[in-house]
Amino acid sequence: MNLSEAANFLKNYNGRELRLMEVCGTHTAGIVQNGIPSMLSDRIHLITGPGCPVCVTVTDYIDRLINLAKDPANIIVTFGDLMRVPGSAGSLTQAKASGADIRYVYSPAEILKLAKEDPGHTYIFAAVGFETTAPVYAALLSGALEEKIENIKLLTSLKTMPQAIRRVSDGIDGFLAPGHVAVITGTEEYRQLASELEVPFVVSGFKGEELIASIYALTRLAEREGKAGFINLYPQAVKEKGNEAAKAATESFFEKGDAAWRGMGIIPDSGLYIRSEYKKYDAGSHDLAGDSEPEGCRCREVITGKLPSCDCPLFGTVCTPEHPVGACMVSQEGACFNSAKTTKNY
Amino acid sequence: MRRDCPLAVLNIMADKINKTHGAGGSATSELIDSIFREAFSNEYLEPLSDSAVLPLPAGKKLAFTTDSYVVRPIFFPGGDIGRLAVCGTVNDLLMSGADPAYITAGYILEEGFDTDDLKKVVASMADTAKEAGVQIVTGDTKVIEPADIKEPGLLINTAGVGFIDEDIDISPARIKPGDAVIVSGNLGDHHAAILGCRMSVKNNIVSDAAPLTQMISGLKDAGLDIHAMRDVTRGGLATILNEFASSAGAHIRIEESSLPVSEEVKGFCGILGLDPLYMGNEGKCVIILPDEEKEKAVEIMRKSPYGQNASVTGSVSCGTPDVTMRTAIGGEKIVSPLYGEGLPRIC
Repeated sequence: MNLSEAANFLKNYNGRELRLMEVCGTHTAGIVQNGIPSMLSDRIHLITGPGCPVCVTVTDYIDRLINLAKDPANIIVTFGDLMRVPGSAGSLTQAKASGADIRYVYSPAEILKLAKEDPGHTYIFAAVGFETTAPVYAALLSGALEEKIENIKLLTSLKTMPQAIRRVSDGIDGFLAPGHVAVITGTEEYRQLASELEVPFVVSGFKGEELIASIYALTRLAEREGKAGFINLYPQAVKEKGNEAAKAATESFFEKGDAAWRGMGIIPDSGLYIRSEYKKYDAGSHDLAGDSEPEGCRCREVITGKLPSCDCPLFGTVCTPEHPVGACMVSQEGACFNSAKTTKNY
Repeated sequence: MRRDCPLAVLNIMADKINKTHGAGGSATSELIDSIFREAFSNEYLEPLSDSAVLPLPAGKKLAFTTDSYVVRPIFFPGGDIGRLAVCGTVNDLLMSGADPAYITAGYILEEGFDTDDLKKVVASMADTAKEAGVQIVTGDTKVIEPADIKEPGLLINTAGVGFIDEDIDISPARIKPGDAVIVSGNLGDHHAAILGCRMSVKNNIVSDAAPLTQMISGLKDAGLDIHAMRDVTRGGLATILNEFASSAGAHIRIEESSLPVSEEVKGFCGILGLDPLYMGNEGKCVIILPDEEKEKAVEIMRKSPYGQNASVTGSVSCGTPDVTMRTAIGGEKIVSPLYGEGLPRIC
């Protein structure tokens, strides 16, 4: 099956109506970037699930980060996307404008250098992410330990995917398995999820033609109702056992715990926290469960795939990429941001 | 530029910039004499008076522009802040149809900045000005506390004037359905080069910072009827085309497969999740002209050393005033302008 045959099948698909969900922010961005929605029959609906780490972060976390930023002894270090996410009273961007020292970095390794050169401040890294980024944070902690750098802490909001997929699986006919997460964790847990939930899973790459091939495969599996199925179409990067060294690094610094997800509440054992023996590196990441959305914002339903972005009453009027109200409009991996990018006259 | 002490040239220049260099006294004169005066030497600068007094050509309109340059690192593959400061202002003048003539150079130096590095930046500005066919005719120097004491640098402001023939009218309002969209070369090079430096990613990507004087003169000399023209800087091609579509009240459609992007930049963007459509260049432009002139325009642009990958990438039609793209795999999508901060500041 070549690209044009697969594309032709998807455009003319006339089988049962399908709701296919992607749960990886990079897939969401790749689908939009390649114009894939325009290539599908109107019987195939692509639904964006909880695959954007910034979007599933609760407001308690943002509030705690802002409180830490107010202490002049602290310097907050973050990736860009988190800056504009609204907490219950303002965002990091606003805290920065009021004088808090908040910096962007491109890679966590930069923090080691910053902290080493400036022992008078505590560098607090906003460690948000899934299984994919956890090994990077583990490497950072390992570096801090090795170089005896005491002025680094992480405020973690680290989550693991399978539990969240179970929560949102109602009414979904097939999943594109999270590609980057699977690179680390391997295929086994997705194979198991497929048989447990009785829906097909396809592991996909990120290029346009890879996404088309995966959506084609998923459609062929999903058109037979109630059948599971599992295909790894990204074997060059995703192995059955994943990246064992990365998994071991994560395990040596992090342990499982309950985590609060925006829109889904607390999901048992779906979080990763710094192990108690390294708690001196934790900036207070436990028990951040409170979540208050701005008035009218329906991010919760968008994240869980229950509401298309464009059906939120704030979408495109009050909430735009220039003036985001909810986290889904802030992040470049968010469902609303990506919908806005492809919506005429939103 | 002022010179208070005629003997200052005899002093030996300090190896780091200090506050006295911006105080307007003998150290400032020494700096001007030993670094700027010689490098930029021309008849309008030489009197070193409070203003440069310039001749005005008869029957021409004046184009006037300014821009500030704050890029870090100061030296990067393919250029430096000085080359950028000349190219940016020269290209802005060119895009309005002007022949760039004179530019100014305002330096805000951070205390502790290496004097040899300043000399390199100034020499690069002088070379670029020569290449672009402009003269640096007046300037200013101030010294401030460094933003980062470990890495003192400099900021540059340039303003420029150029002259436009009375009959030239280049503006987005002239864009018409049926026009062709031409991009002068590979997108994203400058942006990727700067980002690569900041992230310490080893690659072969080189900034495209360049003055487009020769290329644009070629197009004008051939008598082509350029409707609109813009240099592709911050915000990228996507943002410019959206502005064009909205000013012209017409639809612009581009083809992903005909967008010039180098393999290195494609790879770099793939890894970092960036899109070349939103990345800045410092030596590329987009030109809109009648469809029947497109082949001629591309031929002329490709003769310039900075236009070898020029290509027709889209067309203007009646319809909603927005931008769409046919993607390489055959999808259709809306191309939005750049939203938010998106990417780090690059110029």
